[in-house]
Amino acid sequence: MRPPKTLRIATAGSVDDGKSTLVGRLLYDSKATFTDQLAAVEQASRDRGEELNLALLTDGLRAEREQGITIDVAYRYFATPKRSFVIADTPGHIQYTRNMVTGASTADLALILVDAVDGLTEQSRRHAFLASLLGVPHVVLCVNKMDLVGWSAERFERISADFERFAARLDVHDLSVVPVSALLGDNVVHRSTNMPWYEGLPLLHHLEQVHVASDRNLIDARLPVQYVVRAQDSGGSGFRGYAGTLGGGVLRPGDEVVALPSGFTTTIRALWGPGGVRLEEAFAPQAVTVQLADDLDVGRGDLLCRPGNRPHVGTDLDALVCWFGERTALTVGGRYVLRHTTRETRARVSALEYRLDVNTLHRDPDATDLRLNQIGRVRLHTQQPLAFDPYRRNRATGGFILVDEVTNETVAAGMITGPALRQSSVAWHSSGVERSDRASRGATVWLTGLPASGKSSVAVELERRLVAAGRPAYLLDGDNLRHGLCSDLGFTPADRAENVRRVGEVAKLFADAGTVAIVSLVSPYRADRDAVRAAHRDAGLPFVEVFVDTPVEVCAARDPKGLYARGEPGLTGVDAPYEAPLTPDLVLRPGDGDPAAMAVLAADLLE
Amino acid sequence: MSTGTYEMTHLQALEAEAVHIFREVAATFERPVLLFSGGKDSVVMLHLAVKAFWPAALPFGVLHVDTGHNFDEVITYRDDTVRRLGVRLIVGNVQDDIDSGAAVEESGPRASRNRLQTTTLLRTIGEHRFDAVFGGARRDEEKARAKERVFSFRDRHGQWDPRGQRPELWNLYNGRHRPGEHIRVFPLSNWTELDIWRYIRDERIELPSLYYAHRRPVVARDGMLLAHTRHLTLLDGEEPTEALVRFRTVGDATCTGCVESTAVTPDEVVAEIAATRITERGATRADDRISAAGMEDRKREGYF
Repeated sequence: MRPPKTLRIATAGSVDDGKSTLVGRLLYDSKATFTDQLAAVEQASRDRGEELNLALLTDGLRAEREQGITIDVAYRYFATPKRSFVIADTPGHIQYTRNMVTGASTADLALILVDAVDGLTEQSRRHAFLASLLGVPHVVLCVNKMDLVGWSAERFERISADFERFAARLDVHDLSVVPVSALLGDNVVHRSTNMPWYEGLPLLHHLEQVHVASDRNLIDARLPVQYVVRAQDSGGSGFRGYAGTLGGGVLRPGDEVVALPSGFTTTIRALWGPGGVRLEEAFAPQAVTVQLADDLDVGRGDLLCRPGNRPHVGTDLDALVCWFGERTALTVGGRYVLRHTTRETRARVSALEYRLDVNTLHRDPDATDLRLNQIGRVRLHTQQPLAFDPYRRNRATGGFILVDEVTNETVAAGMITGPALRQSSVAWHSSGVERSDRASRGATVWLTGLPASGKSSVAVELERRLVAAGRPAYLLDGDNLRHGLCSDLGFTPADRAENVRRVGEVAKLFADAGTVAIVSLVSPYRADRDAVRAAHRDAGLPFVEVFVDTPVEVCAARDPKGLYARGEPGLTGVDAPYEAPLTPDLVLRPGDGDPAAMAVLAADLLE
Repeated sequence: MSTGTYEMTHLQALEAEAVHIFREVAATFERPVLLFSGGKDSVVMLHLAVKAFWPAALPFGVLHVDTGHNFDEVITYRDDTVRRLGVRLIVGNVQDDIDSGAAVEESGPRASRNRLQTTTLLRTIGEHRFDAVFGGARRDEEKARAKERVFSFRDRHGQWDPRGQRPELWNLYNGRHRPGEHIRVFPLSNWTELDIWRYIRDERIELPSLYYAHRRPVVARDGMLLAHTRHLTLLDGEEPTEALVRFRTVGDATCTGCVESTAVTPDEVVAEIAATRITERGATRADDRISAAGMEDRKREGYF
């Protein structure tokens, strides 16, 4: 038998929905309760003048038993021969958002309860929304108290349909609905004989079967450095390893890696599991120690990833934030300590875009603060750069917490949506037409790379693809522009800088007009490209830097214009420098496929 | 390690989580210490800590709060282990606090030094200015523990406020504190008793001999079997009898019971526990039987 895998579950629902009873029933019927626990619950039930109250199995604190409510998240463990389960049992009414967000942050599956008598309530919708916000991959709706509605299939179908309609507006990938009676045990562990019309699995069987292996991000290799291990090995030479928990992807010895934010590249010499188990590969979320081929200045808070697949690196980011502070509120200008992967830095709230009503999903752009249990979208500026991915893509590199510098309390959970894009309000002659009034949204895609690296081929494919999809796009080819707009410029560093600036300005105008400007330009200097990026940021326009990383030997072999063959003077990459981007939005390598396949990758960035 | 499927087993996932916690503390605290009693949970915890920092030496020492009412084989095991691993052992003696008047010994044949350990623990933490204290507590042990965070904040008086706990999201732990305050850290939070034993079996971790079946004189009291040692005062009418037993938990010899068992190998213990219908603390810990809130009250005061 293969050893059991783990399923982490977060429950949501109020006492009235019978959530504690359901969890108690799950433990009881799967024989995960012990006789002494049960004896204690029987005694406590008698003391309260009740029949066996399974809810008492999960209420741990004195105040909870006294007040008959659940205050804090309780963790429960049980196992069947097929699987081990961790249940984060989150209270329904007090601190619901804070507790559910906490429980859901690590959950594979959210178990949402609704009362068959009451049907879908605001609270059920809120729970579903929070599960979706926290990126919980699987949701199970338990329609409880089916015994009180005469085991009615019709009633169940109504509630299911209501819920599915609401969930369609959310980011819920896998949704199941199960009719149960937690009190009587129907469809919890054992199949109900009262509801022959239900053809699905009882709850526990469903939980045993849910496939979670593919939920992890095994594509984007991310290793936040947690701790530097230094030791003298037996031979007397020094061991220097970088320990951390893989936040995504797969790493193997020999892999080329880049350390962010410094941008230095090296290869993995060896990979070790805990206790010195040599690994041929490591995957998320394994805890590993990595030895690198070169001595780099890498420390806690840095991130190792593949050079062709990097997270965003920056100090300005947009995020959805759930506020937990009881005594304070989040306001613009507020300063906090931000914890993200293994990095801790100061952060300032530079904007509050809107507050979200979790019941109606309505956005209030006039909100001036976020109070306890409220959720909103903010822009943050951090003191040190962070290496991050959108939370939707990777929980490990997209989630953060904010800590109050004075009280040291955790006051917020944040989910990064992406790098900050400043909104309009550009100080020049406004045309009277807002950008949002235009039929389409513009952007600039900037392809940089050596001569003959294949930029133009990708650009042509990208333009074709976008136009075919109904999105206005226009190709600004570096060579073509030198015939007109830039015909007065040569190839000195100063002229190259001016060339890049002009093309950047033209691209900006196209983007502002609602067109996707596709620039194919060697643009060898980092500073010039960064200036174009900054100009776009200041204008509130999306800018995507694509590094066409074709090795110089390959370029020379292709050489469609014969530049390499005839030894063109000042050729970039041969006798003029090329500064590769440190943090491109996308890197394209010959192995990524033909120009059409590469164009698909670039187009994805515009989604 | 599975290759190709990229899936971790349940124990591998638990190990990775614990290792992450150890490294997090070592990287962000100045003076951590690990509570080590020779009990199986603290043995597993120490084993994991050593693995987390391989090939470097353990970057912190271990602390034993010694009631003076020990099983001899556990103390021998403790001393052998720290010598083998080359870790620094600090012992906080409950006797010292009794002698100084800081703690008052209970009287009578049922007296236990269990509760007095809190005084000694907090004194030792203060004396050494420990800012992070690793404990082997598991959430499955007890209802109050089920609500505790992995990083559990303690105020200046070492007290726990169950209603004012910091939310704990993803694997982002908030260990910030002011001088004089400290954080209790529980790397085994998500382990169950069965997980511990399976891990002991798989990793071939050596334990004090009393975790396996052996013959010894015992006294039946309050529905438990207590070992008849020099620390136990017999009540009227109590007569020690010999039995084949093993311990499920090891603590103060006056309040830790044993269970009848024939299990002499880790495999046999795993099989026994998988079939048992009684929790380990329910079976063997008189200290938890004080009241429904016994553990919560002691934890609030600063207990492990």
